[in-house]
Amino acid sequence: MYTEKVMEHFKNPRNMGEIPDADGVGTVGNPVCGDLMTIYVKVKDNRLEDIKFKTFGCGSAIATSSMITELAKGKTLEEAMKITRANVADELGGLPPVKMHCSNLAADALHAAIEDYYKKRKAAEELKK
Amino acid sequence: MSTARRVYMDHAAGKPVDLRVVEAMLPHMKTFYGNPSSLHQFGQEARKALEDVRTKIAELINAERKESIIFTSGATESNNMAIKGVANRNKDHGTRIITSSIEHMSVVNTCKFLTTKGFEAVFLPVDNYGFVKLESLEKELTDKTVLVSIVYANGEIGTIQPMKEISKIVHSKNAYLHVDATAACGEVPINVKEEGIDLLTVSSNNMYGPKGIGALYIKEGIRIEPLLHGGGQERGLRSGTENLPSIVGFGRAAEIAKKEMQSESGKLVRLRDRLIDGLLRPIPYSFLNGHPTKRLPDNVSVRYSFIEGESMLLSLDMMGVAASSGSACTAKTLEPSHALLAIGLKHEEAHGSLMFTLGRQNTEEEVDYVVSLMPSIVKRLRAISPLTPKELNE
Repeated sequence: MYTEKVMEHFKNPRNMGEIPDADGVGTVGNPVCGDLMTIYVKVKDNRLEDIKFKTFGCGSAIATSSMITELAKGKTLEEAMKITRANVADELGGLPPVKMHCSNLAADALHAAIEDYYKKRKAAEELKK
Repeated sequence: MSTARRVYMDHAAGKPVDLRVVEAMLPHMKTFYGNPSSLHQFGQEARKALEDVRTKIAELINAERKESIIFTSGATESNNMAIKGVANRNKDHGTRIITSSIEHMSVVNTCKFLTTKGFEAVFLPVDNYGFVKLESLEKELTDKTVLVSIVYANGEIGTIQPMKEISKIVHSKNAYLHVDATAACGEVPINVKEEGIDLLTVSSNNMYGPKGIGALYIKEGIRIEPLLHGGGQERGLRSGTENLPSIVGFGRAAEIAKKEMQSESGKLVRLRDRLIDGLLRPIPYSFLNGHPTKRLPDNVSVRYSFIEGESMLLSLDMMGVAASSGSACTAKTLEPSHALLAIGLKHEEAHGSLMFTLGRQNTEEEVDYVVSLMPSIVKRLRAISPLTPKELNE
């Protein structure tokens, strides 16, 4: 049902955990639907210096979370915002059709974390003024 | 992490065919290949084998006569035949059908289909153990009710319904009682006469017979409309040349089930309770689904908070253990099991449910192996989950 790459990420998820002093945090999904994902990002010089995730969900939800942290780490914020659910699924060698919503979540969670960073930065700048 | 070891505990999904059953079937593919409807010796040999099995199935459920047993292609057909057959044939007496909220999809969707044909369907609630609420049955049962269809024991939560009490209520309004005994028959004693069951669905594979064969018991005097029209086999109720090799296998399986039920269920209950205890005791925030004692001997249904079922299944599968889950993520749809929601579980609790169904070949050693795996699987997934309380990850 799953590709070897999905199983590999499920068994050995990359960048799993939290960043206590994260610059941005994005949570998407709902445990009611069976999937909940949180992405933490640390930003330095407009790049994702560090990224971590925590996920409640099925095997592909965990694998896509892991995969997106690998794809996004080190990228500029603009590059990271362009990562799509299709990119994540492709990198994993494909996902079963019914699971495509899970990888959708991973991209959404990353984008939400970056938007959270922008919002916090804007608030900080306003405060300075 | 892959392993050569394989432990199968998903018997509700499919069972191996007993080797004694295979032995019984072979001559009916190689030697006795006649058609039971033929007049010649080949046909008459086949006819005799067919009628012998009818007797065995009747004996297993204590039916009043063997003619009350109709062979079908399995539980889905039997459920369709019972519900559509009774409803269509008796619609002059009423158009209301009552069922429960923990039925198999072949009952749920048949009842829903009939609502597009002028019938009304009522889905009774169940309590937290999964028992059908009898006061709701009494309330919903009107003079217009033609059929009540209740599962003997739901395969996902294992709860065994109080059939005698249900039957008494149903018959007080002269409705018919259909019982889906797919998961229960062959595992626990069923007595259609004593329990007041009018129609009973029986499946072969659930008693270690071949797949794709089953039966519907129809009490003498009850009229139903057939699903299949044709050559008029099975008293005109189920046309089509009989699948004799499978029917013979079904008969042998029923015979073995009847003889060995008591010793086997004793063994299964011991394994079941050992597994339940081992899965729950060492792990915090773990719970049993269904009733602790009034449950099928083979059924273990548990849930773990903060994690999701499919990821547990995958983790078990990596260690060679086959189980199943109430999670949406293992199904074709994205909804979690309707039976688990019906017993009052929240969506996330249903998603975190895990089912082990035991079988004839499982051993205590296998149970202990599964028990030994679970704490580290749960711990790892809880470490990944954002829902886990901090103290659990320390």
